[in-house]
Amino acid sequence: MKKFLSGDEAIARGAFEYGATFAAAYPGTPSTEIIENILPYKEIYAEWSPNEKVALEVAIGASLAGARSLVAMKHVGVNVAADPLFTAAYTGVNGGLVIVSADEPSLHSSQNEQDNRNFAPFAKIPMLEPSDSQEAKDLVGEAFRISEEYDTPVLLRITTRIAHAKGLVECYERQEVEVKEYKKNAAKYCMVPANARKRRVFVEERTRLLSEFSETFLYNRIEWGDKSIGIITSGISYQYAREVFGAKASYLKLTMTWPLPEKLMREFAEGVEKLYVVEELDPFLENQVKAMGIPVIGKELLPNMFEFTPELLRQKFFGVDPASNPVTEVEIPPRPPVLCAGCPHRPVFYILKKHRVPVMGDIGCYGLGLQPPLEAVDTTVCMGASVGMTHGFQKASAWNGVPRKVVGVIGDSTFFHGGMTGVADMVFNNGSGVIVVLDNRTTAMTGHQPHPGTGITGKGEVTDEIKIEDVVRALGVRDVQIVDSYDLQAVDQAVRHALDFDGPSVVICRRACALLKGLPDLGKAVINQEQCTRCHACLRTGCPALVSHPDKSVTIDTNACNGCFVCGQVCPVGAIEKVGGGERG
Amino acid sequence: MAKVTNVLLVGVGGQGTILATKVLAGVLQDEGYDVKMSEVHGMSQRGGSVVSFVRYGDRVYSPLVEQGTADLILAFEKLEALRWLPYLKAEGTMVVNDLEILPAPVLLGKASYPYNALEILAGKVRELVTVKAAQLAEEKAGNARTQNIVLLGALAKRMGIAPGTWERVIRASVPP
Repeated sequence: MKKFLSGDEAIARGAFEYGATFAAAYPGTPSTEIIENILPYKEIYAEWSPNEKVALEVAIGASLAGARSLVAMKHVGVNVAADPLFTAAYTGVNGGLVIVSADEPSLHSSQNEQDNRNFAPFAKIPMLEPSDSQEAKDLVGEAFRISEEYDTPVLLRITTRIAHAKGLVECYERQEVEVKEYKKNAAKYCMVPANARKRRVFVEERTRLLSEFSETFLYNRIEWGDKSIGIITSGISYQYAREVFGAKASYLKLTMTWPLPEKLMREFAEGVEKLYVVEELDPFLENQVKAMGIPVIGKELLPNMFEFTPELLRQKFFGVDPASNPVTEVEIPPRPPVLCAGCPHRPVFYILKKHRVPVMGDIGCYGLGLQPPLEAVDTTVCMGASVGMTHGFQKASAWNGVPRKVVGVIGDSTFFHGGMTGVADMVFNNGSGVIVVLDNRTTAMTGHQPHPGTGITGKGEVTDEIKIEDVVRALGVRDVQIVDSYDLQAVDQAVRHALDFDGPSVVICRRACALLKGLPDLGKAVINQEQCTRCHACLRTGCPALVSHPDKSVTIDTNACNGCFVCGQVCPVGAIEKVGGGERG
Repeated sequence: MAKVTNVLLVGVGGQGTILATKVLAGVLQDEGYDVKMSEVHGMSQRGGSVVSFVRYGDRVYSPLVEQGTADLILAFEKLEALRWLPYLKAEGTMVVNDLEILPAPVLLGKASYPYNALEILAGKVRELVTVKAAQLAEEKAGNARTQNIVLLGALAKRMGIAPGTWERVIRASVPP
């Protein structure tokens, strides 16, 4: 039966069909939907882990226990998981182990752009790249097979346009795969130097054997067309090349892109007049072709950053611009993403802006706090960086004779991912930073996944809720305050107190994400037009439910309003009233 | 090459373009076409500009629609209709919801909203269909949130696919 699936959904389906019994991940765009779609399968144990390193470690453990295991993460997640990855490459597997890396050319929802194909030769593990949803599903099966036959983790590398594009996928029944027996084997699994040196040699031999396998792997294939142009390509770039060149070129469609099939590549190169590599991001294939001594055109013609499109190929190869009909009569204002109406981060940023201190930001919806009118965030680096950067900023300032307070903002899910060790550092090294935890009771940015602080697992089971206040107190923070994010005055007082406190300080601003289901009805804010002086103080909260009109009047879109009443608290003349809803819960 | 038809669904994060796209793709699959769809999830959902590309025919390679090649654009909001107009082919059709959602820069007074969007579109689009979807959704379904399905109805009229197929797919993908 054919199903219409995204690449992520297809990978989840592949885990089901090819007998996986274990899966783990930390959510991250564009990989999140893989585990989201595995969680409902009763045949597969799946979990949200606190971060990607832990997710990979639990998957390595599951593989040792004999289970076919899959772990999924976005490109930067592989950086977090790199430590176990590079040594799992030595230990190899028991049950098949597949690591999905979802890369994001064009940084639709990421802090950087990186080409994780480089991890395959770097960690010395094989890599497969699907070019549509059907292949995404099929290659999960191939990856498990290769993993078990060659005793290696396998990298399944996708990009946003594979992860989030949908196509028709032929689906089959699940094949049950027997869980392998675990045998204690220190020489293979204990990577102390004496053992690791032997496995190092094994890894080299494994790569040689995999190179031979790559030559005959059915998904690496030549598609002969016009031989005046030959295109070596993989992943989504293959689809764009087919779209643009059709039968007017020949293709070497590579699917196992590490190790590469050198003989097949030479055969293809000899069969065509002019050879090109069409690949997004780094000249990964191109450099290998050049190292083989084969002349090829790649990055001298095509960019080494951002996504490709068919238009881009037409423009670069043929100098043809798209036949489009743009609007020139008016300027089209941009529509950037914004913090939602009722977002509990908004009042906290509103207060932080007033205190005029450096604010180290982190990864999540609250990254949007950098935009006008709030403009409250100074930095965004990586998961958990806010805490370490706050400590470093504060310490270096004090050390160099400019003592000042520094604030770090971090979400609840991000705190569990990468914030806790930073807090330990701040306490250990006599730091004096202020950490504001934006505790909205979920992982909001990626679509509301539970985390260790929510009291519920990905499978929907009830579990112990780890309280952030307990964690930071246990880590030695003495000044811990908990406030309701919607209460502007309380947030202001707590921040003021923390800024005056000599020592590490934590303010937990707690209020559920306004988009979570099942929240109490807080009513709506309504502007009394007779009292309103049109001073626009409310607009400085940046709430998208507030609508300003050409006559300078302001109204509130009641469909959008979530009743946080932050606008009502900033109105200097009390012109905003609350209608309906219960007491603030 | 066999003909591939290109459709864009454009709007603002939260308007239900993703569900509408799912229905459209389901209908096309039912009709026996090869279908591909592409959209980007993540930051764009937070009230940002969103686009879904749908392509169908005998065999579809790229999931992306190229500029100047869309046969149909279904715009859930007028400013977004202007933004994505460069994707429409010269003889293409645009269905636009008569709705204004002001983006953050306009709310902050840093940019102005093109209130004459429909006039501009009328001068550039061969077949322009304006729909008051919010009003229709309120009147016929008693719920403004069904705007996305109302808009699909306007698109359906122009696609030559049996109404029964639409009904079947909508029943299967939309909770009653």
